[in-house]
Amino acid sequence: MDSRQAAGAKDLGNEIEVKDSSGSPGTAPASLWDMFWTFFRIGAFTIGGGYVMVPLIQKDVVDRKGWVDKDDFVDVLAIAQTAPGPIAVNTSVYIGYVLRGFAGAAVSVAGCIIPSIIIIMIIASVFDHLSSLNVVQAAFAGIRPAVAVLVASAAIKLGKPVVRSAGEVAIAVAAFVMVSFLKISPALVVVLAALAGLMAGVGGDSA
Amino acid sequence: MNLLNIYLSFAKVGLFTFGGGYAMLPLIESDIIQKRGWLSMAEFANIVGIAEVTPGPIAVNSATFVGYKLAGIVGGLVATLGVITPSVVIVLTLAALIQKYAQTTMLGRIKAGMRPAVAGLIAAAAISVARVSIVEPRSVAVAAVAAVMTFVARINPILVLAACGILGAIIFS
Repeated sequence: MDSRQAAGAKDLGNEIEVKDSSGSPGTAPASLWDMFWTFFRIGAFTIGGGYVMVPLIQKDVVDRKGWVDKDDFVDVLAIAQTAPGPIAVNTSVYIGYVLRGFAGAAVSVAGCIIPSIIIIMIIASVFDHLSSLNVVQAAFAGIRPAVAVLVASAAIKLGKPVVRSAGEVAIAVAAFVMVSFLKISPALVVVLAALAGLMAGVGGDSA
Repeated sequence: MNLLNIYLSFAKVGLFTFGGGYAMLPLIESDIIQKRGWLSMAEFANIVGIAEVTPGPIAVNSATFVGYKLAGIVGGLVATLGVITPSVVIVLTLAALIQKYAQTTMLGRIKAGMRPAVAGLIAAAAISVARVSIVEPRSVAVAAVAAVMTFVARINPILVLAACGILGAIIFS
């Protein structure tokens, strides 16, 4: 994995780093309020399906705040898709926990879901035919293609550092085909990929 | 229909929702509508429509809405807590395990296998949204605008969503 090491060296430091015990993967320590507010923003703009939070979190949490590094973010997504429940909730819980333990998980998940709760309750109490409004439908006809583009950009961005060797390309393509064409559950695909890694030692964890 | 029942019903829905919010809809249908009779199909269809066009995970939106309809604000909160409880518990457990075994070779290998798969999964998610949303000239145009904003101008995704929503409201109305 020489090429990867070289490419990643400037921002990743060492190759098998995880959120190691001592610490924060990012540069700045995260305050609970900052975490709440960041996930609140993400929750408020997770429109058009849960996967759109992948580019949103990537931008805010990885690129801007540096709370989680690129490789760790991929691991977070693996867990978020393996565990049951909404990917947005799972991701916020995991990142919150890694940054600040249980309190971090609590404020992150609260931030993530409070916008939905407020908006849904307002709609439920005053007006429950929002979705039949023409202007709303038209706006969503514009948002959905944008979601496709944003999620594609997230896939490219997060794939770059982790899909390099032939074995990694094979796993990425296999995962894509299994979900897109064979309609296999993403959770099962993550588990199968973990098993493949375990058996083959692809990617050279300790090389 | 008391609050505990609402909580437990939605916890069950949350526990069995794998692979994104839409997976929970059949569960709500069988448990909340058919078994318990808390909602009619028509109300449920309306709720799904609203959950799709409001921010936030569909699972959370649906739970909040159904809970609110059943038992007011407290009902909405209880249902929402119910639907996220299994995720929170399971993700915290996995996070703690991963931190504990972070330095082991075994976990390194597992992650080496999972990471490329995640890239494939996210790409698959993009394609599945694209398949149903980029279907005629206007939506292709919006996608092109979004692509320029994202890949060339590198604008924040939140602004891309807002801009394309406004653009959609204009050209699709």
